[in-house]
Amino acid sequence: MGSEEPSHGEALRSLLGDRPALAAFGVVALIVLVLIAAEGLHDVAQTSLNGLTLGTIYALGAVGLTLVYGILKLVNFAQGDFLTFGAYMAYLVNVTWGMPLFAAIFFAMATTALLGLLSERLMWRPMRGKGAGLLQLLLMSIGLAFVIRSGIQWFWGSEIRTLDVNITDSVTFLGLRIGETELMVVVVGLLVLFAVGLVVRFSLLGKRMRALSDSLDLAETAGIDTRRVILFTWLFAGALAGLAGVLSGALTNLRPELGFELLLPIFAAVILGGIGNPFGALSAGLVLGMAIEWSTLVVEPHWKVTFGFVALIIALIVRPKGIFGQAKAV
Amino acid sequence: MPPLGFTLQAFTNLGFWSGVLVVAGIYAVVALGLQLNVGYTGILNFGQAAFMAVGGYSMAILVLEGGLSFWLALPAAVLITMAFGVLVGLPSLRLRADYFAIVTLAMAEVVRLAAQNARDLTGGTKGLYCEFEGVNQTCFDDSWKSVSGWILDRFESFWSDPEPLLPLLIVIWATVALGLVVLRRLQGTPWGRVLRAIREDEDAARALGKNTVLHKLQSLAISAVLGAFAGFFLALFLATIHPDDYQPIVTFFAFGVLVLGGLASYSGVVVGAILLWTLLEGTRFVELPISEEKTAALRFAIVGAVLIGLMAFRPQGLFGKREEMVLGRGGPR
Repeated sequence: MGSEEPSHGEALRSLLGDRPALAAFGVVALIVLVLIAAEGLHDVAQTSLNGLTLGTIYALGAVGLTLVYGILKLVNFAQGDFLTFGAYMAYLVNVTWGMPLFAAIFFAMATTALLGLLSERLMWRPMRGKGAGLLQLLLMSIGLAFVIRSGIQWFWGSEIRTLDVNITDSVTFLGLRIGETELMVVVVGLLVLFAVGLVVRFSLLGKRMRALSDSLDLAETAGIDTRRVILFTWLFAGALAGLAGVLSGALTNLRPELGFELLLPIFAAVILGGIGNPFGALSAGLVLGMAIEWSTLVVEPHWKVTFGFVALIIALIVRPKGIFGQAKAV
Repeated sequence: MPPLGFTLQAFTNLGFWSGVLVVAGIYAVVALGLQLNVGYTGILNFGQAAFMAVGGYSMAILVLEGGLSFWLALPAAVLITMAFGVLVGLPSLRLRADYFAIVTLAMAEVVRLAAQNARDLTGGTKGLYCEFEGVNQTCFDDSWKSVSGWILDRFESFWSDPEPLLPLLIVIWATVALGLVVLRRLQGTPWGRVLRAIREDEDAARALGKNTVLHKLQSLAISAVLGAFAGFFLALFLATIHPDDYQPIVTFFAFGVLVLGGLASYSGVVVGAILLWTLLEGTRFVELPISEEKTAALRFAIVGAVLIGLMAFRPQGLFGKREEMVLGRGGPR
C-alpha cells in the first residue's frame, strides 16, 4: 500500500475506526434505501415492522446477556434456556392456571430472575472463588443449559404448546398490518427495555454495573459491594430473559428448543453491540431482527435464520470489537 | 414389571455393546480432534459437528450425484472437509478464544441449516441415502455393504451368527487406534510443542518467532479430517445422512467425552467416550417406569450433570493433569 497518499481503504478504515456507529448506521441506511428502491416502500416498511417484533426479543435477551458477559466475563450458553424456562413458567400460569397473560409475564420474569440468582449463588460465585477459566465456565454453562432443557422436557414433554393469546386479530395503520400479539410484544418489550436503559444510565446501580464491567477488581477496591451488584445483574438478566421467552412463546409457540434457537442471534446482538454495552446490544438486537426480515425480500424465507448467523460471522470477522465496543474489548 | 424394575439383561447382550461401542468410537474420533484443538492448542472449536456434516454430505453427494466410486469419494470428501476447515479458520483464528467458540458454533449452524435448505443437493429434511434411476438403485454405502458382507462371511466359518455391526466396529476402532498413535507421535515433535506453547501463552510463542496462526490452522485442519471420518462412520452406521444428526448437541456431547477423559490426554478421550456412552445407552436399556421422552430428557440431564460436576470438582477430568487446565484462566484477557 502506497505511503504517499492515503488510499480509499485507509480513508474508509479511519472513518470506520473513528465513528463505527455512524458508519454502521450509514451502511444500514444505504441497504434500506436500496431495498426501498428495489422492492417499494410498503414492503420494506412491513418487513421492518415484522423485524421489530423479532428484534425486540433479541434485544431483551441480548441486554441481559451482555451485562453478565461484560461484568463476569462469562459466556453464558444457558441464557437461551433461561428464555425457554420463562416461556414455560408463563405457560404454567397462563394456560394451566388459566390466569391472564400479564400475570404470566410477571411470574415468568420473577421466576427466571430467581433462576439467575440461584445459578449465581450455587455455581458462578463458587467457581469465581476457585479462579475458574473461560473453558471451565463455558462448559459449565452448557451443562446448566442441558439440565434446564431436560427438566422442561421431563415435565412438559417435547410437543409444541401455545400460550393463550389472540393470534388472529390485527391492527392496520398507514397500510401496514401488525397482529395484536405482535403489537403487545413490541410495546411491552420496548417499554421494559426503556426502563432498564434508564436504570443502567442514570441510577447509582447502573453506574456501579458499568464500573464492574470496566474492572471487577478496581470496583471492589473502590469500595463497591460487588456481590450485591452482581446479584442485581443476574436479577436483570434473568428477568429480561424470562420476558424475552414469554414474548417469543406468545409470538410463535413453546418447545424445549425455543431458547437455544434464539441464543446465537442473541450472541450476535451482544457482540455487534460491543460486549458489556447494553445500549449497543439493544440497538444491535433491533437492527438484527429487522435485517433478518429484510433478507426475506431478497432470498427465500426459509434461509432467513441462516442469514442471521452469516451476519454474525461476517460481523465478528470484520469488526470483532463490535460496532459500539471499545478497543479494549478485543 | 415391578415399579423401578431393573433388568440388567441388556448388559449381557452383544448387540447392545456393539451399538455402544460403535457410537463411542465415533465420538472418540470426534473428540480426538477436539483434544488436539482444545486440550493441546487452546482453540475452542465448537464447530466439530459441521466438519462431520461436511465430510458425510460431500461423500454421499459425490457418490450419488457425482457418480464417483465410494472409495474415491472418501479421500475427496476428506480433502473438501480439510479445505473447509482452513476456510473457516483463516479469518476466525485471529479472534480471541470466546469469540472463536461462538463463531465456530454459528458456522456449524450455518452448515446444518444450509444442508436443511439446499434441498436439491442435500435432500433437505428427507436426508440422503439412495438414488433411483428406473429400477436401478444406488445408495452411498453400497460398496461398504459388500465389504462388510465379505468380512462377516469370514467370521461365519467359526461363528454361527456374527454381529452385523462387527465390521463397522472394527474399522472405527482401528481408526481410533491409528489416530491415537499418530496424534501422540505428533505431540512429541517440535510442531506439537509449539502447539502447547500457543496454548500456554500465544504472545510468547509469537515473540519467539513462531507462526501461531499457521500452527492453529494446521491443528484445526487435522481436527476437521478427524471430523470427516466421524461423519463417514455416522453415515454408515445410520445408513442415512440427515441434517438433524449434526445438531450442536453432537459437539457438546463430544466436549462431554473430552472433559470426562480429561484435557491434554488422548487416551482419556477413549475412556471418556466408552464411559459416557455406556452411561447414556445404559439408561435406554435399564427399564425405568418412564416414557421414551423422559428417558431422552434423562440422557440430556446426565450429560449436563457430568459437565457441571466435572467442571466444578474435577476440571482435569479422569486422566488430565490439573496444571494443563490453564485455558483462559482469569477470563479472556
